[in-house]
Amino acid sequence: MSEQPAHSERAHPGVGTYLTVAGVLTVITLVEVGVFYVPAFRPFLAPILLILSGTKFALVVMFYMHLKTDHRLFTAIFTVPLLIAMAVAVALLFLFGVFAVGS
Amino acid sequence: MTHAATAHHTSTGLDSRKIAFWTFIGSECLLFGSLISTYLVYQGKSVSGPTPAEILNIPLTSVSTFDLLMSSLAMVLALAAVQRGDKVWARVWLGTTALLGAIFLGFQVFEFWSFVHEGLTLQVNLFGSTFFTLTGFHGGHVAVGVIWLLTLLVRSFQGKLGPDKALNVELAGLYWHFVDVVWIVIFTVVYLLRTNGGA
Repeated sequence: MSEQPAHSERAHPGVGTYLTVAGVLTVITLVEVGVFYVPAFRPFLAPILLILSGTKFALVVMFYMHLKTDHRLFTAIFTVPLLIAMAVAVALLFLFGVFAVGS
Repeated sequence: MTHAATAHHTSTGLDSRKIAFWTFIGSECLLFGSLISTYLVYQGKSVSGPTPAEILNIPLTSVSTFDLLMSSLAMVLALAAVQRGDKVWARVWLGTTALLGAIFLGFQVFEFWSFVHEGLTLQVNLFGSTFFTLTGFHGGHVAVGVIWLLTLLVRSFQGKLGPDKALNVELAGLYWHFVDVVWIVIFTVVYLLRTNGGA
């Protein structure tokens, strides 16, 4: 039986990638705050902000937490509880009538 | 001693500490998921002020959000420096990450202090209860992260943080980035998606 670990993890991204991701995160944060202050975006504020926030979340998890290059088991260990947490949140919001029409 | 000799590999070929730590982060998703859900469920249901629209300071929080995002950059640069055995830059980036984390905590202490002086406390309304609980738990996690980073910095100055110990820095980094992504969600949900005018 081999004592060697499985070669399941690729090399982490380089410094250039880290700096690029930081630049993108900064720009998205500026856009988020800008969108918040522009009245024309008010009707679409929630979907826009959720998409921008989700993009930032994904960038940090993929590149800084290395899930893009690490073994897929780590992605599964993280994603399953995350999806459960999101499902619980949505269920609670429905249960307490946050989405109720005309409330 | 090489990294291979010190690693704790499982039948999957993966390090058991890393699997355990990702499992811990998964459990943290459930903790913060419940706290954020509670905040959302009670949003707009307070019967008295101050309301989010009256009290939240978006420009100030935007700066602290940028500060925490940049701390994540410093953290990955610290890990890269430790992995290539660059002691000087490892110390610079670990120290920078801890400093940026401490600055974020300073922003949060100032925010809490100003809110209390404006009449928002844990007991005054549902917004105060859920806001302080959620952001307080997050701030507690940041404080633990800063202490963890400072211990790594001390180990580095003791000459005990070489490339063979890179996994220790990687685990601290995973924790720190998780704290960062939780704040990404809180900044959007609590600060930017607040119910305008609602209590």
